[in-house]
Amino acid sequence: MWQFVLRRCLLMIPIFVVVSIIIFSLIHIVPGTPIDNLIGPGMTKAHEQQLVEKYDLDKPIPIQYFIWFKKMLHGDLGRSIIEKRPVTELLLHHLPYSLSLGLTAIVLSFVLGVSMGIISAAAKNTIFDHLAMLVALFGVTIPAFWLGLILILIFAVWLPWFPISGSGTLMSLVLPAITVGLGGAGLIARVTRVSMLEVASKDFIVMLHAKGLGKKAILLKHILRNALIPVITILGLRIGWVLGGTVTIEIVFGRPGLGQLLITGLFRRDYPVIQGAMLVLAMGIMMGTFLADILYAFTDPRVRDQHN
Amino acid sequence: MKNEGCFQRLTMENIQTSENIKPPANRWLRRVKKIKSNMAGLIGVIIITGLIFIAVTADFISPYSYKEQDLDIMNSPPSMDHFMGTDEFGRDVFSRILHGSRISVYVGVVSVGLSVFIGVILGALAGYYGGWLDQCLSIVTDLTWSMPEILVALLLVAVVGAGIECVIIAIALTYWAQYARLIRGQILMLKNEIYVEATRSLGATDFTILFKHLFPNAIAPVIVAATIGIGQAIVLEATLGFLGMGAQPPMPSWGAMMSNGTAYLFISPWVIVFPGLAMMITVFGFNLFGDALVDIMDIREDTLK
Amino acid sequence: MTLLKVENLNVSFKTRDGVVEPLSNISFEIDAGEILGLVGETGSGKSVTAQAIMGLLPFLDGKVSAGRIFFNDQDLLAISEKEYQQLRGNQISLISQNPMTSLDPVYKVGDQIVEGLKLHMTITKADARTRAVDVMTSLGIPNADKVFNQYPHQLSGGLKQRIVIAMGLCADPKLLIADEPTTALDVTVQAQIIELFKQTTRERNIGLIMITHDLGIISHLCDRVVVMYAGNVVEAGRVESIFAEPKHPYTEALLKCIPKLGMADRSLHAIPGNVPSVRTYPHGCRYHPRCPKAKAYCMENTPEIIQVKNTQVKCHQFTAQWRTAS
Repeated sequence: MWQFVLRRCLLMIPIFVVVSIIIFSLIHIVPGTPIDNLIGPGMTKAHEQQLVEKYDLDKPIPIQYFIWFKKMLHGDLGRSIIEKRPVTELLLHHLPYSLSLGLTAIVLSFVLGVSMGIISAAAKNTIFDHLAMLVALFGVTIPAFWLGLILILIFAVWLPWFPISGSGTLMSLVLPAITVGLGGAGLIARVTRVSMLEVASKDFIVMLHAKGLGKKAILLKHILRNALIPVITILGLRIGWVLGGTVTIEIVFGRPGLGQLLITGLFRRDYPVIQGAMLVLAMGIMMGTFLADILYAFTDPRVRDQHN
Repeated sequence: MKNEGCFQRLTMENIQTSENIKPPANRWLRRVKKIKSNMAGLIGVIIITGLIFIAVTADFISPYSYKEQDLDIMNSPPSMDHFMGTDEFGRDVFSRILHGSRISVYVGVVSVGLSVFIGVILGALAGYYGGWLDQCLSIVTDLTWSMPEILVALLLVAVVGAGIECVIIAIALTYWAQYARLIRGQILMLKNEIYVEATRSLGATDFTILFKHLFPNAIAPVIVAATIGIGQAIVLEATLGFLGMGAQPPMPSWGAMMSNGTAYLFISPWVIVFPGLAMMITVFGFNLFGDALVDIMDIREDTLK
Repeated sequence: MTLLKVENLNVSFKTRDGVVEPLSNISFEIDAGEILGLVGETGSGKSVTAQAIMGLLPFLDGKVSAGRIFFNDQDLLAISEKEYQQLRGNQISLISQNPMTSLDPVYKVGDQIVEGLKLHMTITKADARTRAVDVMTSLGIPNADKVFNQYPHQLSGGLKQRIVIAMGLCADPKLLIADEPTTALDVTVQAQIIELFKQTTRERNIGLIMITHDLGIISHLCDRVVVMYAGNVVEAGRVESIFAEPKHPYTEALLKCIPKLGMADRSLHAIPGNVPSVRTYPHGCRYHPRCPKAKAYCMENTPEIIQVKNTQVKCHQFTAQWRTAS
C-alpha cells in the first residue's frame, strides 16, 4: 500500500513540471510583451530598457522559464504588475477562501449525493427514486452561476437569511457551498444509484444471502463498499470540476478567493498573477486527484496490486 | 446478463444465443423503433427543434429589436407589453433572449462540431495505429480530463482573446480530448473484431477499413457525447460571457445578459431569471435527448465516462 | 429420519419476455447421513433446485410456483425471510458453483469465512479464525494462515473454490448442498476433497446433496442418485442399481458415454441432439426427440413417475399403454 502512495507521489513531480511549462508558454505566446501595460507615453527608452531587464524579457523564452521555475522553488512567484505586491503574498491571502469553499462543497456533494443515490437505489422505480433523479439531473444541468444568483435572490434578498456576499463567516459559506456542491451532488447521486444496482445484481451478493446474512448487513457492508468504488473514481476525476466551479462562484458571491484573483488578473493582463493563480489551481487539482487515487486504492484492493 | 456464475438469471440473452450475431443493419432498425417509445427523448427533441426554430426566425418573431433602447421604461417588470420585462437600457428582455438563442446555438453547434472533428480524427488515428501517437494522445487527454473546463477555457481565452470566435475556438480546444478518448476506445475495441480481419484479407486499405467500416460502428457514443456536449458548450459560453469574455455588446448573449443584470439583482431580477431559465431548458433538452440516445443505441453508461 | 423432502416442486422465473418454468414436478428425499447425487447436463435445472431449497429464488426474480419443500418436517415455503436467514449458512449450507464470482472482491477471504461463523455462532474472533484456518488446511490449502489474509483476486481458481467449500463446511450444517464443487480442481485435489466430503457426512451424520455432471464422482461418493433432464426427474434410485441397470433411455445413454478402457467400439458415444432450452421444452416426454425408443405416443403424453423394481423412472415404456401404442 505504501509503495503505491510513494509511487503516486513521485509521479506528481513530472506532471507538475509539464503543467508549469504549459501555463508559462501559453501566457508568453500572447502577442505583446507583458509590460505593454506599464509602458506609458512619454517614457524614455532607457526606462523601458530598465523595465525589460527587470522582468528578464530580453532573454529567450526557455531561459525565462527556468528563471521563473527556479524562483518558484524558492517561493518567489514574481510581483504583480498592477498591485506591486509579491504574487506569493497575494496567493496566500486569497487561498484560504477558496480552500474553505472547495472543501465544503466537496463534502456536501459527497454526503448529499451518496445518500440520495443509496435511497434511490433501495427505493428503485418509486416516486422518490424518480424525484431524486430529477433533482440530480437538475443539479447537473443548471448553470452554476445562475443557481448562485437565484439562491442569492431567494435566500439573501427576499428571505434575508444569509449574507449576499462577503466572507469570513460560516453563514457566508452556505450559499456558495450549496451552489458549487449541487452539481457534484447530482452527478454522484446518479453514479451511486447505477453502481448500487449493478453491484446488487452480482453473484457474490446472492452467495451472501446463502450464508444467511440479512438484507441490511448485505446492503451496508457489502453492496455499499463495492458500489462506492466507481463513485470515488468519479469524485477523483471531477475534483477539478468542483474547483473550477469555485472560480466563477467566487465572482458571483464576491468571495476574495483565488478565482477572483485569477479573473481580475486576466482582465488586467497581470501575467505574474495569472501564472501564479493558474499554477496553484493546477496544483490543487493534482493534490485532489492524488488524494482521490489514494482513497480509491484504499477502497479497492485490486488496484493496489495492479501497479506492481 | 452475462452467462457466467452459478446464479444465472434466466434472460433472453442466455436462452437464445444467436441473438448477438445480428449484422449492423438490423441494429439501426431496432433503434428507430425505440425512438418512438421513449418519452423523455421526445421531449428533448421538441425542445431542440424549438430552439433551432427560434434561432432561425428570431428576427421575425421577436416583438421588439434586441438593441432598441428606451430609457423611459428601463428596468420595468414583466407586463403585457414586455412579456419578460426590460433591462437597464429599456430593451425588451424577451426579444433579447430570442436573439440570444442564436449565439447559443451557433456557439454550441460550431464549437462542438469543431471539437468532434479534431477529436475524432486524432482519436481514430491514435486508436488504429497506436504507438507514439497514442501515447501522446493519452497524456494530453489525461491532463485535460481532470482540468475543469472553465479553467482551460479561461487560459485559452487569455491567449486567444475575448469575443465570440475566440470563445468558439477556446471551447473546441477544451473538449476535443474527450471525443478523441471516446473514439479511441471504440476503435481499440472494434479493430480486433473478425470482420476487420476479413475485410483486410480481401484487400481493403487502412483508409477504407477505418472510414468505411470502423467509423459507423464507433461513432455512436461520440454522437451521444456530442449531443450532451452541445449543452455543456452552451453553458460554458454563458459562463465565459458572464465573466465578460464572450460575445461583446450589444450582441445579446445569455451569459452577458445575466452578467449585466447582476448589478440590478434587487431591482429587476427578471433580467437574470429568464435568460437562466432559457438556458436551463435548452441544456435539459439536449441532456434528455442524449440520454434517450444512450438507450436507443444500447450503449452502456461506462463507455461515456 | 428424512432430512429434506422435496414434493412436486415447480419453479418459475420472470424474464423480460415472459415467464419460464425451468422445473416441473421435481420430487426427491434425503436422509441424515446420506449422500444424494443430483446429476444432469447443463440446463437440466440442477442449480435451480439448489436455489429453491435455499430460498434464494426471490433474489433471482424467481419463485416456487407449486409444490413443497420440507426440512426436518418444517415447511420451508411457510417460514418468514428472517427464519430462513437463520437456516441459511447455518443448518442448510450451499457451496456454489462458480468460485470466481462467489467471493466479495473487497474483503479478505478469511474474513469472509469468519463472517458466516460469527453470524450463526457465539464465537470469538480468534476462535473463529482458528476454526477457519483448520478447515482450510483440511481442504489442502497450503499456508492457510497466509491465505486467510489474502484477497480473492490474489488467489487461483482452485484456491478460491476451496475457500468456497470451506465457507460451506465451517458452519456445521445439517444439510449441505454442493453445486459442482470440484470443477476447477486438479484430479488429485478433487479426490482428496471427495474423501473429505464422505468423511464429514458420515462423522457428523449430515445430508449431502452433490450436484454434478461427473458420473465418476457419483459412483465414488453417492449412495443414491437423481437423474435430471430438462427440468424433470427422469430416474432416481440407489447408485449401484442405476449404474448396473439403467432404466431411462437418458440414463442409459449417459452411462454409455463414459469411455472405458478396452472398449470394443473405437469411437466415442454421444447423445444426438441438444438439451432443449427452457422456452422450447418438447411436448409430452421432454426427452422424446433424442430417444431411440420414442414413439408418437411419447410426444402426445407426459410420462408419470413409475416404480420399476427398486428405482423410480419417468418413462412411458414401462406402461401398458405405451406397449400397445404406435
